[in-house]
Amino acid sequence: MQVIDLATTPLRDMNATLQAQAKDTNMTAWEVQNPKGAHAVAVGLDGPLEVTVQGSAGYYCAGMNKDATVRVTGSVGPGVAENMMSGTVIVEGDASQYAGATGHGGLLVIKGNASSRCGISMKGIDIVVHGSIGHMSAFMAQKGNLVVLGDAGDALGDSIYEARLFVRGSVKSMGADCVEKEMRPEHLELLADLLERAEADAKPEEFRRFGSARKLYNFDIDNAGEY
Amino acid sequence: MDRTPHTVPRKSWTFSDEVNSEIRRAAATGIYDIRGGGAKRRVPHFDDLLFLGASMSRYPLEGYRERCETKVTLGTRFAKNPIELDIPITIAGMSFGSLSGPAKEALGRGATMAGTSTTTGDGGMTEEERGHSAKLVYQYLPSRYGMNPDDLRRADAIEVVVGQGAKPGGGGMLLGQKITERVAGMRDLPQGVDQRSACRHPDWTGPDDLEIKILELREITGWEKPIYIKVGGARPYYDVALSVKAGADVIVLDGMQGGTAATQDVFIEHVGQPTLACIRPAVKALQDLGMHRKVQLIVSGGIRTGADVAKALALGADAVSIGSAALIAIGDNDPKWEAEYQKLGSTAGAYDDWHEGQDPAGITTQDPELMKRLDPVEAGRRLRNYLNVLTLEAQTIARACGKSHVLNLEPEDLCALTIEAAAMAQVPLAGTDWIPGKTGF
Repeated sequence: MQVIDLATTPLRDMNATLQAQAKDTNMTAWEVQNPKGAHAVAVGLDGPLEVTVQGSAGYYCAGMNKDATVRVTGSVGPGVAENMMSGTVIVEGDASQYAGATGHGGLLVIKGNASSRCGISMKGIDIVVHGSIGHMSAFMAQKGNLVVLGDAGDALGDSIYEARLFVRGSVKSMGADCVEKEMRPEHLELLADLLERAEADAKPEEFRRFGSARKLYNFDIDNAGEY
Repeated sequence: MDRTPHTVPRKSWTFSDEVNSEIRRAAATGIYDIRGGGAKRRVPHFDDLLFLGASMSRYPLEGYRERCETKVTLGTRFAKNPIELDIPITIAGMSFGSLSGPAKEALGRGATMAGTSTTTGDGGMTEEERGHSAKLVYQYLPSRYGMNPDDLRRADAIEVVVGQGAKPGGGGMLLGQKITERVAGMRDLPQGVDQRSACRHPDWTGPDDLEIKILELREITGWEKPIYIKVGGARPYYDVALSVKAGADVIVLDGMQGGTAATQDVFIEHVGQPTLACIRPAVKALQDLGMHRKVQLIVSGGIRTGADVAKALALGADAVSIGSAALIAIGDNDPKWEAEYQKLGSTAGAYDDWHEGQDPAGITTQDPELMKRLDPVEAGRRLRNYLNVLTLEAQTIARACGKSHVLNLEPEDLCALTIEAAAMAQVPLAGTDWIPGKTGF
């Protein structure tokens, strides 16, 4: 286990060290100590690293992650795992706004709650939130899966494209063009896999599925009020 | 027969044929008019300024013998690798999707031959463009279509787009006709969908957040790339000041004549300020912060000639950027396609239905047959030629004003033909020492 202490190591050196690890490195296990809410911790990683951030991080923790597994033992600020391409990011605590924003791939797990706009503009990422999510989550969500074991706030999935949303608890309201959809066997299978990978204690049958009604895909004057 | 004299039929200025045709179109369709390009209305512009030239009190440089430098360096504030350009004219961001692959290739070829940079757009980075652009600026937009860390690292600079002059406060638009399989794949969208991009970034709000976002981008790219911030001509003094605060290396300021691939006509014509009105407040913001020439200012929106280039530089810009003019240079709205423009209900010089994807010139289209009409090699040469002419013209004016570098041009070299232009550009009305709002008449 390699240790980087942010109390004594500049952010630039920490990120540069992690980013410099070759894809075939055998120094895969890293621990970042004393993040103390620092922004842009463990961003732009590109390789099979196992990074544990001991404590809480600020904005954009694990941003644009590729292949690495980043585990944060505390909570994170806005934009955790934003634009993630692949790999896994696990937050043991809560996440602020925009968790997983625009993510193209990989798995983001929030063990606590996530604030507003979770999964905004997601483009293929899988997000599993053990707790609840705030308003405007999955806004303009294009691809991927958002799984919420708790409740969803106002305007879930507003202007959603082809992303799939699964909520176990209540949904305060759905956004424009978001509707509840039939849960088919392939969705239960998908959910079972995501729940297992996210270490979530829930059954697929307990969830409802939401997605796009596809009424806003092409302009129709009869839908003008929805825009 | 009635011989009573009649006045000639008089049409209303308020309800002109053009206005009435739009009312009829709106009544028939129920939807606003969408088009490409920038503001078409007449606004105070660089044409309303003149250079004074040299005479008894100023020495000119020999037009063909004494050097007049044009090189500029962009991104000197924080980036390890600033961009060195041979000319102070860059190619503005235009997306693959709104433009065809060959058109993007042509822009890259022309810019590279002229020693300058080109810019991606709201659709990600294509191989055509990266491969043919020696210096490529990668736009970071609210949609984040195609955004990935590998392309970020392949870029020579990163441009965070906050707004654009054609539609400050608006997002991108690409209608279904142009969302082909390739475009849809790059944007992770269903094929044929009317794509309406968000107007705000998904993971930051305001300059304090943007400062942290820029920190992240720098950390991902090793602090190598210059970070540009592009703003539309809304509140240029404050927008520029806040961009400096947020950590920009370079600020791109786009006035209302700046083009767009598609948006509502009402947005293009009624939101934002003319380019001429934006430059001096922007420069003042930089000067007030002690950052003029340290954070470089690129001005865009209606640059057409070397005179426009020189005037923008004289008002304090470090470089200019061209979009519409570059498209015209490679063949957009060429009269040779007049018969086809007529079939589309338009005419050469007026064609702006770029969102429909039927561009006879093969530039603003994804139709494979139309795209074939544009030879990217020849179009690249045309752009190179045009950029060379702009540069030669700007040098001609700079020498006449006694400047050994185009960046040495200054407001003192200018006068204005109209009171409006004098007020906006903050240079004297011709024949007077009056600067409206600055000096007494």
